[in-house]
Amino acid sequence: MTTTTADVAPRYNDDVVRLFTVAAVFWGVVGFAAGLFIALQLAFPALNFEPYLNFGRLRPVHTSAVIFAFGGNALLGTSYYIVQRTCRTRLWSDGLALFTFWGYNFFIVIAALGYVLGVTQGKEYAEPEWYADLWLTVVWVAYLLVFMGTLIKRKEPHIYVANWFYLAFIITIAVLHIGNNVVIPVSFTDVKSYSAAAGVQSAMIQWWYGHNAVGFFLTAGFLGMMYYFVPKQADRPVYSYRLSILHFWSLIFLYIWAGPHHLHYTALPDWAQTLGMTFSIILWMPSWGGMINGMMTLSGAWDKLRTDPVLRFMIIAVAFYGMSTFEGPMMSIKAVNSLSHYTDWTVGHVHSGALGWVGFITFGALYYLVPKLWGRERLYSTKLVNLHLWVATIGIVLYICAMWVSGIMQGLMWKSYDSMGFLEYSFVETVKEMHVFYVIRAGGGFLYLVGALIMVYNFIKTIKGDVRRSEYPEMNLTQKGTEALA
Amino acid sequence: MLHHHAKLERKSVIMLLFIIVTVLIGGIVEIIPLFRMETVIEPVKGVRPYTPLELAGYNIYIREGCYNCHSQQIRPLRDEVARYGHYSLAAESMYDHPFQWGSKRTGPELARVGGRYSDDWHVAHLKDPRAVVPESIMPTYAFLLNNQAELNDIGEHMKVLRTVGVPYTDDQIANAYQDGMAQAHTEDLDENVAGLLERHGDKINARVFDGNPEMVTEMDALIAYLQVLGTMVEFPAAEPVTPDTAPVDQE
Repeated sequence: MTTTTADVAPRYNDDVVRLFTVAAVFWGVVGFAAGLFIALQLAFPALNFEPYLNFGRLRPVHTSAVIFAFGGNALLGTSYYIVQRTCRTRLWSDGLALFTFWGYNFFIVIAALGYVLGVTQGKEYAEPEWYADLWLTVVWVAYLLVFMGTLIKRKEPHIYVANWFYLAFIITIAVLHIGNNVVIPVSFTDVKSYSAAAGVQSAMIQWWYGHNAVGFFLTAGFLGMMYYFVPKQADRPVYSYRLSILHFWSLIFLYIWAGPHHLHYTALPDWAQTLGMTFSIILWMPSWGGMINGMMTLSGAWDKLRTDPVLRFMIIAVAFYGMSTFEGPMMSIKAVNSLSHYTDWTVGHVHSGALGWVGFITFGALYYLVPKLWGRERLYSTKLVNLHLWVATIGIVLYICAMWVSGIMQGLMWKSYDSMGFLEYSFVETVKEMHVFYVIRAGGGFLYLVGALIMVYNFIKTIKGDVRRSEYPEMNLTQKGTEALA
Repeated sequence: MLHHHAKLERKSVIMLLFIIVTVLIGGIVEIIPLFRMETVIEPVKGVRPYTPLELAGYNIYIREGCYNCHSQQIRPLRDEVARYGHYSLAAESMYDHPFQWGSKRTGPELARVGGRYSDDWHVAHLKDPRAVVPESIMPTYAFLLNNQAELNDIGEHMKVLRTVGVPYTDDQIANAYQDGMAQAHTEDLDENVAGLLERHGDKINARVFDGNPEMVTEMDALIAYLQVLGTMVEFPAAEPVTPDTAPVDQE
């Protein structure tokens, strides 16, 4: 697509960023819709259609679609956008960058097809089988090369803080991906493999991976996004350089240790559980350091929140980041975990981070990017951004409140005794009580999806070059785009 | 410190190396000792590798994503032990590649589900969970009754498992297919059942699990797996409660 605006200078490769942007939006809608569907399956089990569309096969489709497809495409795309601008140089290799786009999305497709057909390693967030894992390794090495190559040939003397986070995200995901996927296939023509580690060791490796998929994919990567787009949108420098350094190194050092809090009171040795708990609690501090750094970047520009819903998305995201990084350490305390583990509380916690932090910072970044990437002066409609914001926020609140109540209630019911000292409730009695909360949760997910569809509409109109007349009466004609199309 | 960091920010490769070292430390400290320390898995009598049919069942359990809703790890908490039985031991999952401890109990804990329900109950429940538990929200798995269990190459699977440490013998691998068929197809195959018991131990459940003696189905395999869960280790029977040993009611 040809662009005419000056700030998309030809010295940057934005073609590949546009592809990633479109893919992120597309997979976001797919992933949210899949989430809504499986949420409805839990409320109305008749929606399971064996064997391909049963909950057990679709849940990884949802988690992979939102984390790896939506989140991943957003991360790769924004990292390419940011690294070029903060290094004032073009991507190191256009061809390799384009390969990472098609290669990564091919990985998503073969992984998801596998789940529906019953091909899975049986480890949460690491379900893809060995052939998909090998392919992802190739793509990821290419990604590291493009990113590092661009850093090396930069024209800025210093590497900007957002790039530290992206770099830590890329390299640590590589380490985790390889470490957690040491498997032996039954044969080279068989999709099935067995992991090298078993039992307690495989549990530790899996949650070392699993928690740091949260720590480095869903946190470090998106913090990179925060450190670029929040200052840009607020038109203010990052609050504290010193805090950035402290935030970065302490976060990446501490996160890695936190995995065992997923295995409290299991057969994992106590010393490992205690280490996991201790580091999880310490992790609260750098997390809030990052939150403060993002939030306080608005110092002197708080009034912008009144007029700019895109900035509002970003700041609510940072607030959710602060909330879930307080809730997480709290839930990692063994006494709390004895109640929360195995319940919906965990699901609610994950979603306050995923919907609130990851989702909202991405929406903010996308609203920033789309007009720039397609050479438009402004978005089609700012009011629709605001509508998206509130519809999605209400959705999140419904979702996490329903999960708090159902999770804590079920945990307490499991632990409830009658006056004779017997367990008061059978398991299925607790399941029955979940129904209404599962319906509310699906309602929350529905609103979140509706919000995303509003965004899609806004983007289509923006890319076409339209502006909403009622909002911008001074812009009599449509945007420049129509000239280009004409 | 800021001064030194300013130097680091100018060197991308050095920065990359610093990051790698920083993120490796925690994992090394937490993971490596688990492979080196003998106390991680205390040996327990009775734990054995799965039979070929049970292994096929374990693979179906993974394929269907059962771990998304069911845990297999009983914590040493009063209510869990009362509800599900003795807390899980490390040795009980030492042959699971990978572990199936799970992280969520949308459905109940399954670590000791073996022997708790009859085969008929499992068949009826997997076919249509709401036929036996009206409030259940579990999907239906009736198709398992029509699918033949994948036993043709189960010996190959056992070979791979042996390379990662599961102590299958040559004899067990060579006879994997027959043993798998015999475990659920007992009618005119008494000889083969004897071989199965000889090779895998005499506590094996060998019977038609799904009610259909004509075919060894995926239902047979899955139920064979479910029925062995948590039953390998024999725990001493609970002491009868006397007034002296009765727990004090705290409420």
